[in-house]
Amino acid sequence: MLNYQFDWHLILNGEYRQWLLSGLWLTLKLATVSMILSFFLGLIIAVMKMSGQRFVRAGASVYLEVVRNTPLLVQIFFWYFGSFKLLPAAWNEWLNATNEFEFIAATMALTIYTSAFIAEDIRSGVRAIPKEQTEAGFSSGLSFLQVMRWIILPQAVRMTIPPLVNQFLNLAKNSSLAMTIGVAELTYQARQIESHTLKGFEAFTAATLIYLILSLVITGLMEIYNEKILKPRGAQA
Amino acid sequence: MIHFQNVDKWFHSSLHVLRDICLEVQKGEVVVVCGPSGSGKSTLIRTVNGLEPVQKGEVWVAGQNVADKKTDLNALRAEVGFVFQQFNLYPHLRVIDNITLAPRLVRKTPTVEANRHATELLERVGLADKAQNFPSQLSGGQQQRVAIARALAMKPKVMLFDEPTSALDPEMIGEVLKVIQDLAKSGLTMMVVTHEMGFAKEVADRVIFMDKGAIVETAKPEDFFSQPKSDRAQLFLKQVLNPMH
Repeated sequence: MLNYQFDWHLILNGEYRQWLLSGLWLTLKLATVSMILSFFLGLIIAVMKMSGQRFVRAGASVYLEVVRNTPLLVQIFFWYFGSFKLLPAAWNEWLNATNEFEFIAATMALTIYTSAFIAEDIRSGVRAIPKEQTEAGFSSGLSFLQVMRWIILPQAVRMTIPPLVNQFLNLAKNSSLAMTIGVAELTYQARQIESHTLKGFEAFTAATLIYLILSLVITGLMEIYNEKILKPRGAQA
Repeated sequence: MIHFQNVDKWFHSSLHVLRDICLEVQKGEVVVVCGPSGSGKSTLIRTVNGLEPVQKGEVWVAGQNVADKKTDLNALRAEVGFVFQQFNLYPHLRVIDNITLAPRLVRKTPTVEANRHATELLERVGLADKAQNFPSQLSGGQQQRVAIARALAMKPKVMLFDEPTSALDPEMIGEVLKVIQDLAKSGLTMMVVTHEMGFAKEVADRVIFMDKGAIVETAKPEDFFSQPKSDRAQLFLKQVLNPMH
């Protein structure tokens, strides 16, 4: 005999609906800000990894190995509990005063973690560009960074968009770990609702569905991009 | 202008692709390099702008040693135009931007002036109406003419052509050769790798014949085509001029 009373009405209305929506908003904010930052960081790491300078390359390799081979949760704890000890006291005071330290630490961890995967995606994109493009750039006197910036990356990033969308999906899901340091994103709010109402099934089902819908919408947009934009242009010589 | 001094090059330390190359190309001279495939012609001209490093000997361009650490290779390459067999235009840029990219970035030419110069060059290669097209919208012959305009936009001292017509459909070869011929008459120093013997006869000041990585014969075109000295060149000419026999 099931003696659990389902109450969908309770969590989908009033105050608790508000909690879920504010959680979704923070999840989107966390994922979007981290995505933009990790894209640029990933670009820099990718270019460093392809540089002709051995030490620059080695630095990028160390970064990639450390970031990809340690758990994201540990990285989040590192930035939240560990990093502020290295900062000057004045910065700490300022960070505490902003009340945003949790968000900043989570954004840093997610940005750094995701940038490593994005760097590898961009490198695959660059490898798909014929080496003759680089030779043509060098032959007209451009430097390595100019060739990257104006010739290779614009072509590579266009091909990298589908994997980048996947990284964004991963990021949106990974951002749920930010609840562990008190960022009030979607999972955190579902947990809050559960502890207030004891309606854990409803709360986490709602959160699950929101994550699912979010992912499906983004995947759908990517399908459209693939069909309408990437395929017609794929035939270029 | 270009000076090869006892140049040797190996691929993967075993394949000997250039053997003791000694050659002097004078300012304003047009040198055609020919020979069977795999003879090292393309590798030879790719050493001139440092696309291929050499393991022995020295390559000098306009008084600078290409391999010298003190040489600013980017600056040297800006003075050396290179035209590839496969054109290698930038597919994401319009024709006009393909041409102006290097002048704007390397020479710091203001965009307005770079565009004006590019338009002149496009007129010169007969493509003034294609400035706003993307490379994929052009035929092979048109793309190669844009590639020539792109190289000329840097006002180079030297132009290198690596089999510029080998990837073209036969009916487009003429339009590209015509452009190169005009350049040859303008007094530019040029090295042209080509199988087009009629063209070589017409524009070359000197013909270099290569085989197995070495320069086998150097001659005036009228001598080379009428009475080649080496057996290898005689056989090559027979095969190129009469492919059926």
